[in-house]
Amino acid sequence: MTEVLFFIAAIGAIAGAAGVVSLQNPFYSVLALVFHLLSLAALFLLLQAQFVAAAQFVVYAGAVMVLYVFVVAYVGAAEAAHFKSPVGGGQRTLAIGFALALFVELCIAVLGSGLDAIGTDGPTVAFGFGGPEQLGRALLTRFLVAFEVASYLLLIAAVGAVVLARRRGGIHDEEETRVSAMAFLRPPGVGTMAEAVEGRTGTPVHRELGPPGDAGAPAPTAGDGAGTAAERERVR
Amino acid sequence: MSINWYLMVSALVFCVGAAGVLTRRNPLVVLLCLELMLNAANIALIAFSRMWGNVDGQIFAIIVMVVAACEVCIGLGLVVAIYRRRLPIDVDELRELQG
Repeated sequence: MTEVLFFIAAIGAIAGAAGVVSLQNPFYSVLALVFHLLSLAALFLLLQAQFVAAAQFVVYAGAVMVLYVFVVAYVGAAEAAHFKSPVGGGQRTLAIGFALALFVELCIAVLGSGLDAIGTDGPTVAFGFGGPEQLGRALLTRFLVAFEVASYLLLIAAVGAVVLARRRGGIHDEEETRVSAMAFLRPPGVGTMAEAVEGRTGTPVHRELGPPGDAGAPAPTAGDGAGTAAERERVR
Repeated sequence: MSINWYLMVSALVFCVGAAGVLTRRNPLVVLLCLELMLNAANIALIAFSRMWGNVDGQIFAIIVMVVAACEVCIGLGLVVAIYRRRLPIDVDELRELQG
């Protein structure tokens, strides 16, 4: 039974990996990776790593892959035509040769290993091996430093992603500052105190009705120089 | 199944991932291939954990998953930033680090 499950899961994992590498559309690559990760979770279960398998299933194949799907939907489809031509033949041959050489080397390393236990099924383990209790105990006692460092790493990555993907120049854009519903409910010609202080007039409704002369954009604020405005135009 | 078989699957997946990193040009797919390589390492770690009858390898695998999540987070942030600046999304054409 174990053998059958192992071969099904292993063939699924390898087929998923091959799909990730060979499919042209990045969306299908992501789906192949999801299949690969689910097969891998089955392999982890066969190795008695219940908690890691559950984490793989929920966190990896669920949350992380959803992030991928969002970014591929945002970026990928328009660029698909650009990648029709693969990399040059020389690099392709070289890369495949490198991968084959690596595989042969790893096979030699595994088969020539001096570890006797590598050819066995592993020792019989107590019930609950690899469960949350045992992992949590190890993580919060012997591996406490690694646990804390990993949490800092996650914090740094979250902050870094926000900094990388934000819009340059903050939220000084006209449309973005006007988030209040009152701006659209006010009758034409009625402004706010902020507009009076800045010397500009107009809700969006008013700007459509008013003379074209005073409908221009407000002067950029001091912190938001001309360079930033030009960059924002380019970003659009 | 003996531990050997799991290590063979791990080696094969790692090599497929390495070939993908070297041959694909779309940075999204390159990130996916990096995931493949990290997961191959995870299979090996968990197989060794089973071999010793000890959960240390599984802790290691969980930390690897954390690192992979961070890598995805930053990598996808970079891809979105590249897309916003209307630069080509192609690792062959993105040669300069200077903004």
